[in-house]
Amino acid sequence: MAERIPRVPVREQDPKVRATNFDEVCYGYDEKEAMLEASRCLRCRNPRCVGACPVNVSIPEFIASVAAGDFRTAAAVIARDSSLPAVCGRVCPQETQCEGSCILGVKSEPVAIGKLERFVADWSMANGKAEVEKAPSNGLKVAVVGSGPAGLACAADLAKLGYEVTVFEALHKAGGVLEYGIPEFRLPKDRVVAAEIEEVLRLGVKIETDVVVGRTVTVDSLLDREGFSAVFIGSGAGLPRFMNIPGENLNGVFSANEFLTRNNLMKAYRHDYRTPVYTGHRVVVVGGGNVAMDAARTALRLGAETTIVYRRTEKELPARREEVHHAKEEGISFRMLTNPVEVLGNEKGWVTGLRCIRMELGEPDESGRRSPVPVPGSEFEIEADSVIMALGTSPNPLISHTTSGLVTDRRGCIVADENGVTSRPGVFAGGDAVTGAATVILAMGAGRKAAAAIRAYLSDKSAHCPGTSDGAVEKPAE
Amino acid sequence: MLSPAVCRMKVYAPRLASSALPGQFLIVIPEDHGERIPLTVSDYDPEAGTVTIVTQRIGVSTGEICSLGVGDRFSDVVGPLGQPSEFVGKTAEELAGERFIFIAGGIGAAPVYPQVKYLHALGAHVEVIIGAKTSGLIICREEMSAVCDALHICTDDGSEGFGGMVTGLLEKLVLEDGKRYTRAVAIGPMVMMKFASLTARKLGIPITVSLNTLMVDGTGMCGACRVTVGGRTRFACVEGPEFDGYEVDFDEAMRRQTMYRVQEHDAEVEYEHECRIGRTPSGQGVDRDGERRNA
Repeated sequence: MAERIPRVPVREQDPKVRATNFDEVCYGYDEKEAMLEASRCLRCRNPRCVGACPVNVSIPEFIASVAAGDFRTAAAVIARDSSLPAVCGRVCPQETQCEGSCILGVKSEPVAIGKLERFVADWSMANGKAEVEKAPSNGLKVAVVGSGPAGLACAADLAKLGYEVTVFEALHKAGGVLEYGIPEFRLPKDRVVAAEIEEVLRLGVKIETDVVVGRTVTVDSLLDREGFSAVFIGSGAGLPRFMNIPGENLNGVFSANEFLTRNNLMKAYRHDYRTPVYTGHRVVVVGGGNVAMDAARTALRLGAETTIVYRRTEKELPARREEVHHAKEEGISFRMLTNPVEVLGNEKGWVTGLRCIRMELGEPDESGRRSPVPVPGSEFEIEADSVIMALGTSPNPLISHTTSGLVTDRRGCIVADENGVTSRPGVFAGGDAVTGAATVILAMGAGRKAAAAIRAYLSDKSAHCPGTSDGAVEKPAE
Repeated sequence: MLSPAVCRMKVYAPRLASSALPGQFLIVIPEDHGERIPLTVSDYDPEAGTVTIVTQRIGVSTGEICSLGVGDRFSDVVGPLGQPSEFVGKTAEELAGERFIFIAGGIGAAPVYPQVKYLHALGAHVEVIIGAKTSGLIICREEMSAVCDALHICTDDGSEGFGGMVTGLLEKLVLEDGKRYTRAVAIGPMVMMKFASLTARKLGIPITVSLNTLMVDGTGMCGACRVTVGGRTRFACVEGPEFDGYEVDFDEAMRRQTMYRVQEHDAEVEYEHECRIGRTPSGQGVDRDGERRNA
């Protein structure tokens, strides 16, 4: 019965128009559309979507409330498990998570869970959020390093449990990758990111910007000198990778991080900001992830003819399907099975093109994807006056190098178990700092698990500390 | 004001002041919509909670910094960033046999000062060359004299001290005056550091340089600051800013510094234009975006 209603399409900005502006691509559902789409949910007794969600949002429950028109209850259901629903509704890879396991997807289209989550979050922002229950303060201080999705989720949970949480952010604005990485047209900064952060602040969390942990302060000094009982490291994976091919340091070659930071955090695309940015007329973006799509679509909006080169095929593109679809609609060309071997430049040291080689897919590698192999003698050139490398990022070593007793693996990731417990007592970690570059929702999930682990650790510690009845912990004797 | 275009100020930033060490830098954002401008720490006082910065008015953003008065505040100040100088943490005994020669070009004297002061306090032998176009542009003369064993001045126009380039003076000190140095440190414009490194190599003196590359975040995120050192790409903001002068590819580094020249120029033209016609400045792009002012 329900299957007879097709998935309700979501209204979007016209591709030709949006290719020239930074306004949000997707308008989202209105109330009627949301209720209609919500009515498609089968309310499975054993909902696979919940298990496929990294933070286990009670999806059929909130969708039932949407279908009934009770959006406030829907928001409250989501808020139990997610502190950033307006963000997740927009940037989660739903097709591989909740929607990917929706039973409706077997025969037709899955329920648009992401769009419904976004609708509920936006509705709730517009109509006043419900008060969140919060335990009275227990006087214990916990430091959170990084104000990205992992840090915000951890901070929000700890604050609800009554801890005094201070988040330290290295940049001048809170939000981490939500602020510097994901563009405005996909995740509006003031309307969504700032609003969600405001919710976290409302729980009593303090955010200190311009503090580089590992430089301004260290994890050791936070624990030993500033009176924090535990530290959560959610510092992300900010270190850009390059290909190490000739010509990569020519003028006009950028990391996607630099290009996106200048535009997103530093607002170079706006005339009322001072940040310079060089875009070029023909931009080639190397890589196939969400960051590559974001960089390419930003360059396009700044007026460049933009091409994405990727060494595997479209099927292996790690980006969200929607982003690839949007990029194509906007007029970005894709060159698959193509890998750069050299960046070409002129006598002044500026980029003029890329020498690439054709690839073919060979045997599956350790990630299970068929690994690309160069086709001998197939080299060719692509003209470009700007090249943006979007090859992934790894964790910044700043914190691990300055924290005693913190074990990292060979990729520089902090070693932590599934609850965020690291080699150092009192120090927890999660998100990209542990996993390497992944998704917003996985980072949030890790932040939440770590918050629970921090609570367990501090309760255990106070239980072993005589004379502290109300949960106030004294430093145990050395 | 240290000279017509150079200003010095103390900034209240207690955490930064108590963590700063010689060789490190910081980033300021002059006003809300501004750029992140890297500047070298030229002194720090953990007790007063202040750091001292020296800025040369080159473009719109540095102009804004220089126009701040006592009691004004930056939108943001973050640091210390980068690695401390190599000698930081060494003991007086370890430094006993060393004879340092610092080569400061232009306002490079400002970042040289905390290094010299630090070494002097440990009893190390330190001499300093300060070079500038003309006598009136020499900064930090008195402070530097107080903390070094010998201060050598040189000016391009010969108006004070040795007439000529810092490299000429270094050669004279070693070859004619018979001075012996075990370690040189050069801080100044990229081109000056390039030639200082060539001269030091010729004289057989190991040399450290402090690279004022472009930067955005200053924490290793953007890679704008990448430089080739010994054939490998390094990030000046987290692995530097100080590197072995023999190993740095200065030509590439100088070329990369010019990346945003066009936008910088446009911004200045727009800024001046708007100032003339009496509108509020809202220039996009600006002076040397993030190029740390060594001179």
